[in-house]
Amino acid sequence: MTSNSENGELARPGELSAHESELRAAFLAEVEKIPGGDRIRRCIQCGTCSGSCPVSYAMDIQPRQLVAYFRAGDLESILRSRTIWICASCYACTVRCPSGIKVTDLIYGLKRMAMEGRIRSRSTPTSTLSSEFVRLVNRYGRSPEIELSVRYLLRRAPHRLVSQIPLGWRLIRKGRMPLRTHRVKGLAGLRRIIAKAEEMETSFPRKRLQPAAAIGYGAVSERLAVEEGVVT
Amino acid sequence: MKFTYYPGCSLHGTSAPYDRSLRRVMTRLGVELEELEDWNCCGATMYMSVRETVALAVTARNLALAEAKGQPLVAPCSACYTTLLKTNRYLREVPHLRAQVDQALQEADLRYELSVRVRHPLDIIVNHIGVDTVARLATRRLDGLRIAPYYGCQIVRPEPSFDDPDWPTSMDDLFGALGAQSVYFPDRVRCCGGMLLTTYPEVGSELTGNILECAKRNGADVVVTTCPLCLMNLETLQKPAKGNGNGSGSIPILFFTQLLGLALGESAKDMDLHRSLLPLGERLTALAGA
Repeated sequence: MTSNSENGELARPGELSAHESELRAAFLAEVEKIPGGDRIRRCIQCGTCSGSCPVSYAMDIQPRQLVAYFRAGDLESILRSRTIWICASCYACTVRCPSGIKVTDLIYGLKRMAMEGRIRSRSTPTSTLSSEFVRLVNRYGRSPEIELSVRYLLRRAPHRLVSQIPLGWRLIRKGRMPLRTHRVKGLAGLRRIIAKAEEMETSFPRKRLQPAAAIGYGAVSERLAVEEGVVT
Repeated sequence: MKFTYYPGCSLHGTSAPYDRSLRRVMTRLGVELEELEDWNCCGATMYMSVRETVALAVTARNLALAEAKGQPLVAPCSACYTTLLKTNRYLREVPHLRAQVDQALQEADLRYELSVRVRHPLDIIVNHIGVDTVARLATRRLDGLRIAPYYGCQIVRPEPSFDDPDWPTSMDDLFGALGAQSVYFPDRVRCCGGMLLTTYPEVGSELTGNILECAKRNGADVVVTTCPLCLMNLETLQKPAKGNGNGSGSIPILFFTQLLGLALGESAKDMDLHRSLLPLGERLTALAGA
């Protein structure tokens, strides 16, 4: 086993690639901003979060494993995972964690890191919807629910747009589809608030990653799979 | 009794029946709601997924506007409610975020001193007005109606709230006092999937479907909820009845204020029952017509 992780090979335990170290530093800075965020250090790997999560069945990395991967030096796999986009913010894990870890808030931080740092080469349904939402709120000051859905479907799943027409019609008939979007009067002030806050927003490492650069759990399991002949 | 009212985007849009029924119910209960002038979107879960400081500043603009009114702020939408509470906590507990948000608010000549108390209308009705008082004011009994009280996530989590995060009972108590019976409903705080019905429909429909299944299996006549997004998901996952069918197989979903209004003597029309996407079913129709 060599320690040349920059060439995409396994590093020795405890050794991190330059990019992983950068990601870690950014993540820990992010964690500090979450009230009680440093409790992540107290994770006992009990799995209460995974057991409480209603969507863990659809995740590739279980909520409990998020902390395990991080400890193993594999934040990169977390940022590439489907997990962070599947979390629906129900906070079941957060209220049940015996160590008081703010799992949902940590996942928000991971979403921001992944989006801002362009960790994935392609957007995800959740990142498209969220960024579209932010754009519309910045434009109107309020969220135009229907326009948001339509814009999202146009970008992600135009084929589903047609199947939504009957629903749109039902909503119109029931007077539940506003046809005009309200703009807040103090929009100029709101935009100044947003622009100022944007200047102070945390920025994350933006480097595009090499596919095989991962070390830690992801790389280890890949390696084991090769050794055991599961994949070649 | 006077409160500042923060309706949120959905109540001015697809959840207009929630807005209308809430206003009328509160008037009946002697509570005056004064809508916050020029409020903006709370940012919900999605703004927080993209930007943190900006998301907090966007929410804080509302809190700053509300502070000038000097009254508690009422937020009926679960996402607004939790976002407003969470922003209060972040600003209180993380000094440098507060400093950043302060600076941002100054750009619009606003200032927020962290004094706004955020409350949910269900909390006000059950804990401030009281179930007994509501029962005394009621003119129509809900006897024989079997409800599945669906609380969803964000009115009981993650912020320490007015009810239990795993097994809340506010709506059970409220409607129980009015004659309705809560069915066994273990999915009461199980997530409906929220925006997953849009982003990952195969996952979202599984979650929403489970809740509907649980309510039907346990014999509920209606699902009563507090959240606009939950209501939308629970309604739209169910197929509309064909022709003039009586909706066999579907279960109606109402905002808790719509049902409460009926008990307080409001008409079905004023409670916007006709704007439901699904047939009301026998019991509810009989009750609304009585």
